[in-house]
Amino acid sequence: MTKRWLASFWLLALLLPWQAQALIIEITGGSEAALPIAIVPFGSEGFSAPEDISAVIQNDLSRSGRFSPLPESDLISSPHEKSEINFKDWRLLRSEGLLVGKVSSVDGETYQVQFQLFDVYKGQQLVGKRYQVPASGLRRLAHQISDQVYQALTGEIGVFSTRLAFVSVRDNSDGSKRYTLQVSDSDGANPRTVLQSKQPILSPNWASDGERLAYVSFENGKAEVFVQEMRSGRRNSVAAFKGLNSAPAWSPDGKKLALTLSKAGNPEIYVLELASGKLSRVTHNSQAIDTEAVWMPNSRELLFTSDRGGRPQIYKVSADGGRAKRVTFEGRYNASPDISSDGRTLAMVHGLNGQFYIAVQDLDSGAVLVLTETGRDESPSFAPNGRMILYATEKNSHGELAAVSVDGRIHQRLGESDRDVREPAWSPIRK
Amino acid sequence: MKLLKLTAGLLTLIWLTGCTTLGGNKESDAGAAGSDVVVEDRNADTSGIDGENASGSDIDGGAETLVIAGEEQFQGGDVLDDPNSPLSNRVVYFEYDSSTVREEDLTTLEAHAAYLGENPSVTIRLVGHTDERGSREYNLALGERRALSIRQTLMLQGASVKQFQVTSFGEERTDVEGHDEAAWQQNRRVELNYVGR
Repeated sequence: MTKRWLASFWLLALLLPWQAQALIIEITGGSEAALPIAIVPFGSEGFSAPEDISAVIQNDLSRSGRFSPLPESDLISSPHEKSEINFKDWRLLRSEGLLVGKVSSVDGETYQVQFQLFDVYKGQQLVGKRYQVPASGLRRLAHQISDQVYQALTGEIGVFSTRLAFVSVRDNSDGSKRYTLQVSDSDGANPRTVLQSKQPILSPNWASDGERLAYVSFENGKAEVFVQEMRSGRRNSVAAFKGLNSAPAWSPDGKKLALTLSKAGNPEIYVLELASGKLSRVTHNSQAIDTEAVWMPNSRELLFTSDRGGRPQIYKVSADGGRAKRVTFEGRYNASPDISSDGRTLAMVHGLNGQFYIAVQDLDSGAVLVLTETGRDESPSFAPNGRMILYATEKNSHGELAAVSVDGRIHQRLGESDRDVREPAWSPIRK
Repeated sequence: MKLLKLTAGLLTLIWLTGCTTLGGNKESDAGAAGSDVVVEDRNADTSGIDGENASGSDIDGGAETLVIAGEEQFQGGDVLDDPNSPLSNRVVYFEYDSSTVREEDLTTLEAHAAYLGENPSVTIRLVGHTDERGSREYNLALGERRALSIRQTLMLQGASVKQFQVTSFGEERTDVEGHDEAAWQQNRRVELNYVGR
């Protein structure tokens, strides 16, 4: 009895701290051109809502580096709807946007939330909506409101209601390691473990529906590729051939996976059609490493890493095979390509004097811009709106995640205390 | 010179012993903890998957036998158990981003090739590793290329292709913690593990 109790105690001790721990996001550099915005704390009549919606929105907008929310002490009054707003007064604050809203309790479980975003100068509503959600949906709703505010004021798609997948590694007290594949909200909140293993997990990649993840797991003693459904947790092994099975990348339609397989004796790029299991080989270069394929948004071409020229560089090839064309020329080491959703900007790991940075290359002009500074950066993953790049870095011998805007001006750190985090993948926008 | 080599061999043996003890514990604890892979669904409902971890535990297996044998029985026993034999050296190292066999490892590899040639029923598992720098996926491929380069060398000297299992862990299983050249050098390696020993 005591023994059993002890065993479950240990299980709890191991599970609880990291189930609950969220990534903490810190903005380490911002844009001078950040737009001021007035966010009035949402009203709630005589009760305290389980989630502070306006605080979540304020964090989202501030974290994006595009907005600079006014401090609460600067707000001249606390309106919650249009009839309570005197636009003439608000114009003095020189903030174009004014967000107000309120939360009311429908019953113990359901809440009604409404928000309105105004153009202070014109005195007009830009967007306004009312929702009914359960308590558990309040945080997600807050991110959706952030997306609408962001889009109304910048004209670009917001990505606050997307998610992040990443791998977290903890040392067990017996010297073994515990690898977990986790999915969190875009602000690092609500991390959930979707897979845990004593063997390495690598290269998570989201299908465009945001409902499936492909990844590499060593659970059978070697690299194999799995696909897992997020809702059910159901998973399938999709590639367990002799040799390496790695670097999965979903096609834009979610029906195919590009993979690296070495079953023919050397790592080559293949395309696997998931429904039929049909496998077609894309690269044929028995001397070189070909790996890390990613689909161009046109679905017809792949970018991949190859050392066929002597050192790793990024190449482009038709998904049907054929001759590959070299894409990167600057520097001796370019690897881990990712492509923006408009197909114009390549993100990559760029080696420079033995250090590794995140860089972007404009595919039209070929111009390269190095975005990061730590020299130990890897695994770039574009936000679905193409504005930010999430990547893995290292600080004090500790793996952590960070994000940088494509112009290199906005930097964010997604800190963690007692474990290594790595292999980030930014989800697509939920339909 | 010969003495030096011998000392180096012994040192490697001691070093291997250290690794092995750790590795051994790792695997046995893994077994005790039960199911190795756990999938969790949206409601954080934990459910076990009957995944096996069988081949994972092969790593370091060969060297483990070596430790026990080193004390007691190499007289007249299997030459694989003789700590003075070049066969006791089960790790070879590489330069950065290279899979070329280094000259100082040729003696070791010749001995392994000869042993494999004389014992065609014996199989060996070559496990390739890299240092932590650069892309993880590229490193996975590089680790495999290193293991294949060792296989090629051994085959040219009489081993047959059926005697090999080749695996890569890329940068996922560093042997030495640390972020400097001293650590990186130790991590760019291929381990030669005789299967079933």
